[in-house]
Amino acid sequence: MMQSVEQLQSLISRCEKQRKAHKMRLEICSGGGCTASGALQVAAALEAELDERNLRTMIESVYTDDGCGGSVAVGTGCQGFCEKGPLVRVQPGSVLYTHVTPDDAVDIVDGLVNHTIVERLLYRNPTTKKSITKESDVPFYKLQEKITLRNCGYIAPDEVNEYLATGGYQGLIKALQMGPEAAIAEVLQSNLRGRGGGGFPAGRKWSIAAGVSADQKYIICNADEGDPGAFMDRSVMEGDPHRLLEGMMIAGFAIGASVGYIYVRAEYPLAIDRLEAAIAEAEALGLLGKNILGSGFSFNLRIKEGAGAFVCGEESALISSIEGRRGMPKPKPPFPAVSGLFGKPTVINNVETLANIPDILHYGHQWFRSLGTDASPGTKTFALSGDVENTGLVEVPMGTSLRQLVFDIGGGIRGGQPFKAVQIGGPSGGCLTEAHLDLPVDFDSLQSVGAMVGSGGLVVMDANTCIVEVARFFMNFTQMESCGKCVPCREGTRRMLEILQKIVEGRGSIEDLDHLQEIGAAVRIGSLCGLGKTAPNPVLSTMELFRKEYLSHVVDKRCPAGVCKGLRRYLIDEQACKGCSRCAKACPVDAISGTIRQPYTIDQDSCIKCGACKDVCNFDAVEEVA
Amino acid sequence: MLQTEPQRHLGILQRLDTVMQRLGQQPSTLIPMLQEIQDEYRYLPEDLLTYVATALNVSPATVYGVATFYAQFSLEPKGKYVIQVCDGTACHVRGSMPVYEAICKKVRLIDGKATTDDGLFTVESVSCVGACAAAPVVTINGEVYGKMTPDAIVVIIDTLDKRGDEVS
Repeated sequence: MMQSVEQLQSLISRCEKQRKAHKMRLEICSGGGCTASGALQVAAALEAELDERNLRTMIESVYTDDGCGGSVAVGTGCQGFCEKGPLVRVQPGSVLYTHVTPDDAVDIVDGLVNHTIVERLLYRNPTTKKSITKESDVPFYKLQEKITLRNCGYIAPDEVNEYLATGGYQGLIKALQMGPEAAIAEVLQSNLRGRGGGGFPAGRKWSIAAGVSADQKYIICNADEGDPGAFMDRSVMEGDPHRLLEGMMIAGFAIGASVGYIYVRAEYPLAIDRLEAAIAEAEALGLLGKNILGSGFSFNLRIKEGAGAFVCGEESALISSIEGRRGMPKPKPPFPAVSGLFGKPTVINNVETLANIPDILHYGHQWFRSLGTDASPGTKTFALSGDVENTGLVEVPMGTSLRQLVFDIGGGIRGGQPFKAVQIGGPSGGCLTEAHLDLPVDFDSLQSVGAMVGSGGLVVMDANTCIVEVARFFMNFTQMESCGKCVPCREGTRRMLEILQKIVEGRGSIEDLDHLQEIGAAVRIGSLCGLGKTAPNPVLSTMELFRKEYLSHVVDKRCPAGVCKGLRRYLIDEQACKGCSRCAKACPVDAISGTIRQPYTIDQDSCIKCGACKDVCNFDAVEEVA
Repeated sequence: MLQTEPQRHLGILQRLDTVMQRLGQQPSTLIPMLQEIQDEYRYLPEDLLTYVATALNVSPATVYGVATFYAQFSLEPKGKYVIQVCDGTACHVRGSMPVYEAICKKVRLIDGKATTDDGLFTVESVSCVGACAAAPVVTINGEVYGKMTPDAIVVIIDTLDKRGDEVS
């Protein structure tokens, strides 16, 4: 139990020293992507191999009084390069092994012991075909700059000493020493903007809440990462939970809150386990509880499990949900910073925002402002997914261009296909095209072209993606997640979805495009919260950028990408057809007719495009035409 | 170990009491209590909803409102194997729907129904599970399968034990 700042300082220095003294380490990525590709089996095989040779040291022993030798195998949070998983990093040297299988355990441990490298497991540059030993030389990692993910993938998330060894809780010490006003000033001057999507300055929220006098204040961490295509918050919570805890403690201290809530999606059970374990560790160390480090500041943390509602990412809906009600937004003002949870002043920050706080306090606002752009300082995490070569999790300085993200870090489009668009900002965001590739990615530049940073999901799409279908997909999502409170959102999203459904099924008309625009404008103006206000974005932005594609759907009844089933046509090749009548018998709607041993034909008006004829034809005579 | 129904009911009532003791007998404890029930039964039996309403002194209508608002809660019993097909953006563009269709075909689910008649499988599409890099992703009772194809998932379903043993 730490009684004072000095005691914590000396524990930190001891951990740093012992960590440095301990050289041999296998860091096995146990993030979501690697686990899905078999990382747990790899970890078990490596541990067994170390055991077999009597080399294995448990991670706790590294931080015991006299430290120790041997090799540790740690399961870390997401290392980012999910595409090449399961990943194993060998220390010393940060040697990165990709696509590791349990069978590789013997060779990896051999390499660890003999200081040699397992050549065949190294990452190979796809153009030069040369293998790369060190992780930081791999193009995927080279352009990255990490703050919130600094430890994620490097440390054992369930061992607080690992966090302390990287300088953890130094930000808290700084904050306690400088006092609440100075801590808020530091965050204000850093111009850290909310990473949940809005981009509102975090320091401003804090100073409003600090300025209200109340017997109780709250700090809430919004960890309801609901945007499809985003998993950075999950990675921070799973890979470096103490960073989030420290950020919340500093926020609590700054605004005078004694209780903090972390509102996590129930879909992230591992994140919840890790946070619970981290909270228990912090309590045991005296970093949570009464009179923390003798400062007089008392703070407790509780976890609230979300129950599956996207709208709860909105501040007032999230508060309603914690209070035990349906997650429905309320009009603002009053803003939560003035009257929030249980009517008390409440600051709500998202995971990534809070994960920046410890370093801002530790290294100062000048350091933070030296990264990123003037109006959007710092870094941003992005989840790269979709049709890109290197899917994964990255963190880059704000203002990095889309081209660098997709092509330099992301390795370009999968299979060398042509690039079509990037969807950014999830169901609230928009699409960006070739023309936007050199746009710096920051809050204001994206807003100027009708997209938004959002939480940072970056879904890359190649030419085989139908943009109208993607718009329908997002509308389907927001329509389902609309809480139903505001009529324009509840009814408008439903009507927009119906129209889009009609279009992808090939029943659309040119008037439908006008209707989409008209209803979209109404939903935008007439909805209370961000969900409704931004729901039309994916449709309206793609209608502007890909008008031609919409027109081919409604006028020519063609889907250029060949995705929309309803617009496909089935034709019988007269040359190949033997007139066996199998297709006619298989057709559920009797749309195929003909005479035996003569070519058959499909009546396009009654065809329901089920494809049954193509499935049964023995002569490949049925063609599918986009 | 197999439990009889009354034993199971008694067990859940005790667990609900523990939740109330920990979080207080107040409306904000409603969602954690429903989560406890959902966790045990994988749906919310009606009599327990009434019990929760009485215990927290809120109206049954409020409880019903909350129970139907959140996607995590179900008022219908779910199958032994809950198969969730992620239909987040990344999974969607990488072909989650053909995987979904293959599963429905495999377990013989016809339009609109989510659970098979024998109570073995529940198939649902969910929004992002946060494993986008492994898209398309399917989870079966929480276990994650990445980079799925319509053929691969059928093989995995075949390997599931279908004889009705207890699932962990």
